[in-house]
Amino acid sequence: MKSDTIAAIATAMSPSGIGIVRISGSDAFAVADRVYRSKSGKVRLCECESHTIQYGYICDNGQVIDEVMVLLMRGPRSYTAEDTVEIDCHGGVYLMGRILEAVIAAGARPAEPGEFTKRAFLNGRIDLTRAEAVIDVINAKNEYALRGSMDQLQGALHEQVRKMREVLLHELALIESALDDPEHITLEGYGSQLKDTVDNLLKTVDKLLKSFENGRIFKEGVNTVIVGKPNVGKSSLLNILVGRERAIVTDVAGTTRDVIEEQINLNGVTLNIMDTAGIHDTDDCVERIGVERARKAAAEADLVIYVMDATREPDGEDEAIMELLLEKQALVLLNKSDLRVVLTPEKIKSKINKQIISVSAKDLTGISQLEEIICKMFFQGELKYNDEIYAINVRQKNLLVTAGEHLKLVKQSITDGMPEDFYSIDLMSAYEALGNMIGEAVEDDLVEEIFSKFCMGK
Amino acid sequence: MAAIEESYDVVVVGAGHAGCEAALACARLGMETIIFTVSIESIAMMPCNPNIGGSSKGHLVREIDALGGEMGKNIDKTFIQSKMLNRSKGPAVHSLRAQADKAAYTAEMRKTLQNTDHLTIRQAEVSEILTAEDLSGLGKTAWTEDARVAAVRTVSGAIYYCKAVILCTGTYLKARCLTGEMISNTGPNGLSAANYLTDSLVSHGIEVRRFKTGTPARIDRRSIDFSKMEEQRGDERVVPFSFTTNPDDVQIDQVSCWLTYTNERTHEIIRTNLDRSPIYAGIIEGTGPRYCPSIEDKVVKFADKDRHQIFVEPEGLDTNEMYIGGMSSSLPEDVQFEMYRTLPGLENAKIVRNAYAIEYDCIDACQLYASLEFKKMPGLFSGGQFNGSSGYEEAAGQGLIAGINASRKIMGKEPLILDRSQAYIGVLIDDLVTKKNREPYRMMTSRAEYRLILRQDNADLRLTKIGYEVGLIERERYDRVCEKERLIEEEIRRVKRVKLGASARVQALLEQYGSIALNTGVFLSELMRRPELDYEKLGPLDENRPNLPPDVREQVNILIKYEGYIERQVKQVEKFRRLEKKKLPVPYDYGTISGLRIEAQQKLNEFQPLNIGQAGRISGVTPADVSVLLVYLEQLKYLNRDLFNSLNEGIDNEVSV
Repeated sequence: MKSDTIAAIATAMSPSGIGIVRISGSDAFAVADRVYRSKSGKVRLCECESHTIQYGYICDNGQVIDEVMVLLMRGPRSYTAEDTVEIDCHGGVYLMGRILEAVIAAGARPAEPGEFTKRAFLNGRIDLTRAEAVIDVINAKNEYALRGSMDQLQGALHEQVRKMREVLLHELALIESALDDPEHITLEGYGSQLKDTVDNLLKTVDKLLKSFENGRIFKEGVNTVIVGKPNVGKSSLLNILVGRERAIVTDVAGTTRDVIEEQINLNGVTLNIMDTAGIHDTDDCVERIGVERARKAAAEADLVIYVMDATREPDGEDEAIMELLLEKQALVLLNKSDLRVVLTPEKIKSKINKQIISVSAKDLTGISQLEEIICKMFFQGELKYNDEIYAINVRQKNLLVTAGEHLKLVKQSITDGMPEDFYSIDLMSAYEALGNMIGEAVEDDLVEEIFSKFCMGK
Repeated sequence: MAAIEESYDVVVVGAGHAGCEAALACARLGMETIIFTVSIESIAMMPCNPNIGGSSKGHLVREIDALGGEMGKNIDKTFIQSKMLNRSKGPAVHSLRAQADKAAYTAEMRKTLQNTDHLTIRQAEVSEILTAEDLSGLGKTAWTEDARVAAVRTVSGAIYYCKAVILCTGTYLKARCLTGEMISNTGPNGLSAANYLTDSLVSHGIEVRRFKTGTPARIDRRSIDFSKMEEQRGDERVVPFSFTTNPDDVQIDQVSCWLTYTNERTHEIIRTNLDRSPIYAGIIEGTGPRYCPSIEDKVVKFADKDRHQIFVEPEGLDTNEMYIGGMSSSLPEDVQFEMYRTLPGLENAKIVRNAYAIEYDCIDACQLYASLEFKKMPGLFSGGQFNGSSGYEEAAGQGLIAGINASRKIMGKEPLILDRSQAYIGVLIDDLVTKKNREPYRMMTSRAEYRLILRQDNADLRLTKIGYEVGLIERERYDRVCEKERLIEEEIRRVKRVKLGASARVQALLEQYGSIALNTGVFLSELMRRPELDYEKLGPLDENRPNLPPDVREQVNILIKYEGYIERQVKQVEKFRRLEKKKLPVPYDYGTISGLRIEAQQKLNEFQPLNIGQAGRISGVTPADVSVLLVYLEQLKYLNRDLFNSLNEGIDNEVSV
């Protein structure tokens, strides 16, 4: 197999203790040799055995960049099934960047996002679900998402889907056997039995679909709500946050769950700013933006940013909102700090035990502090989510929905008293949709199943 | 003395069910055709069961008929009982099965062959396939100069020059029959085996393998006590196989079949004597079919079943032999004698012919293109059991396609390749040429993904036009199908517009069929979809119903009643066809595509698939490999526009209709 050699930093770009630069492809060993120097200066990686670790240095133009361990794996016994070299270096964004540059100067090409996984998939090392989970790991924006992805990588989703397919295959085989050999196999009373089976499958589908909802949180960041009475400056604040990060904003409106208006990345922490509290609707009347709405929004959010007008004294409504923030992760912003301020952090500290920041949406004071605090909260693990294990992506979700629809049609066919062979049309569609989820082929196995389980006569 | 030398367009080797269809198709397409058989008496012989049709096989027969084949017509003339199987199930799995009068079936087919222009029958054993190169080695001149097939030679040394050869050797190549310790080197029914041809094929680089199958004993009807068995009658109203047969002509007096069961004593005898079975003793090397197991296989593999059904079927009107369906065996004669006599009604059974297993040489059909032509030897085609299938109907279907494509090759036309959404024949051939079949291949409804569309009742609507295009269907029949289509469409449109109110007359009819009364007016088509109702039952409420032929009414009923399901199936077909339309270059060196696993590269190089869909069905090619191929095709679009464009103009193997 011929492939060009790619390289990338395989660990997170964060100030962690250790980092890995991975090289994969036909020339991986040769490329590594060009930047590697053993302690004695005599060891050549090309000559070392596979699956060994070598100690040494990474050099750039004769200058030592870092002291490293080099892990050697010859294909196909590697993640990508190609020759692979992993350089375990001291972590740190700068250092890893230097090493990668050196490796690229030595003949590797920078890997595209997910390219290692793509190669592993194309080389038959991993199936589709695992490939997607790994890509999710790469794209995962925080540790929780990482956890979901890891579980998926270990095949939790695969296992669930595989089990469902097994059940479907058994039912299909039974129906087909009866059709091919009507004189030996009867389907009397089969409908009601199948209905129970389908009900159970539908429950699993629903469970997995729910985890999709939760899985999205993992992947797309902290669900954040900005609440506050009208004219306190919510919109300006949002515009500032979005505007500052314009380059990395993704518009994910139109997704099926609660409409997420904007996605913002603050120093690596992703916030989904949700439009549940009339953020764009500054003309909204007081009654409608009242406590009830704030309560509802706050209940759904992982983080609540409560904006107050620093030029006005708090009223009863503010008191009520503050009360329901007690149980939430929340921040209080005192906006309009550029004007004549009547409300200071000190003044409300007694009322609410949350971080309080004075900001001015007009002259941008306090915004950096806000970002810093949010990141700190995130990295200290204060922003928590639930921990469902099956994080699935949109493609998988759509296939699950399709499978679910066909299962419902099977139930409909049973209810309508259709002959048994009609069940198999939708059973097969469900089976295929699930098969597509995990990248398994449909052919052959059905016939195999028929032969292995049922006695056919002629 | 000089050997005979003759020239033909097509040589067909073997006159079984595949050979007959192949030869008839060629001759009817104007090819000068010669068909060889080891014995004239064995033309279209049925050496195993006395049935034509059955689940999914009935579909094959109807498709053969719609394409212009002979099997359907032949059985309509010679059946002695007929049944539509699976009537309680949906229309997709209704399947015709007829009991044949074996002798009459054979005689009738022989008569047809004998009376077909351009067709010569010859009793002789073909021993060699000769390419142009082989001929020049013999000092002869061939019409072609490449490695193409140019002639066959018989055991006697006679040479028959030709432009195409179709091998339909059935179970005759190096055949060996086994009954316990008794082994004879003969073909079925004691006919002589063909012992030379295999070597000639092997010398041309064709790989052969060994399969086995078996048949039960035949018992003298006078020794059977039918009062201990359940009678199985034919249908009240017989449906013919052929779309050209007038249904009124097939309402004959039918004979009965009989049902009995094995019991613990039968199983005990089999278990005690298993060591004397050639299969269990390891004497048989060939692989047998799992779906058509011998009785000893059933007893071993399904040990929890305390009885197995056994069908006792007449082999014809002028014979006392009864076929003991479900009890094929290769156990020794004495064990058979004891074993059959444990069955209720067979206590005093007299065996006319022993059950036996038969081993024979055949090929892995992956060596063929879907046209049934050998990849290694242009002009050489094959069909039937030689290709690793089993069953008369499977054989006939392949024989017909091989005959059509051999003729088309000579005429310089593109081959006819039916896809999996067009016909069971398409499924059959696609499975044979893309999948590693480790046992004789039998057609089953479960093998067809799109069976709601591939019904036996619409085979004419699916395939008659193709048969016409090919040249095996006459204009009049083609016009009839077009007219049928028109009537169906018109009537469906009408039925969808007929509105019924909640009148007393309507409610009374609904009540009569146990159907829920109407609250408001509905369309007739909506009522038809209720499980308890159909087009015919609602006739009295449909005042302006035109007088339509029964086959049109049947289609209208099915197409409306199951509309939702059919639509879903059509969607599945569209998805399937998308991959079939993605053509791959042929020939192509898949070693140059990086990212393909080595195994996939080898398989793809070996098979040379025509399109992505076919590539994905090849055993050993995984979905991940298919993704790589899809990626490759995408790349081709940018990197090699010319090759990509040529794919989508050049190779189109379907006959356009």
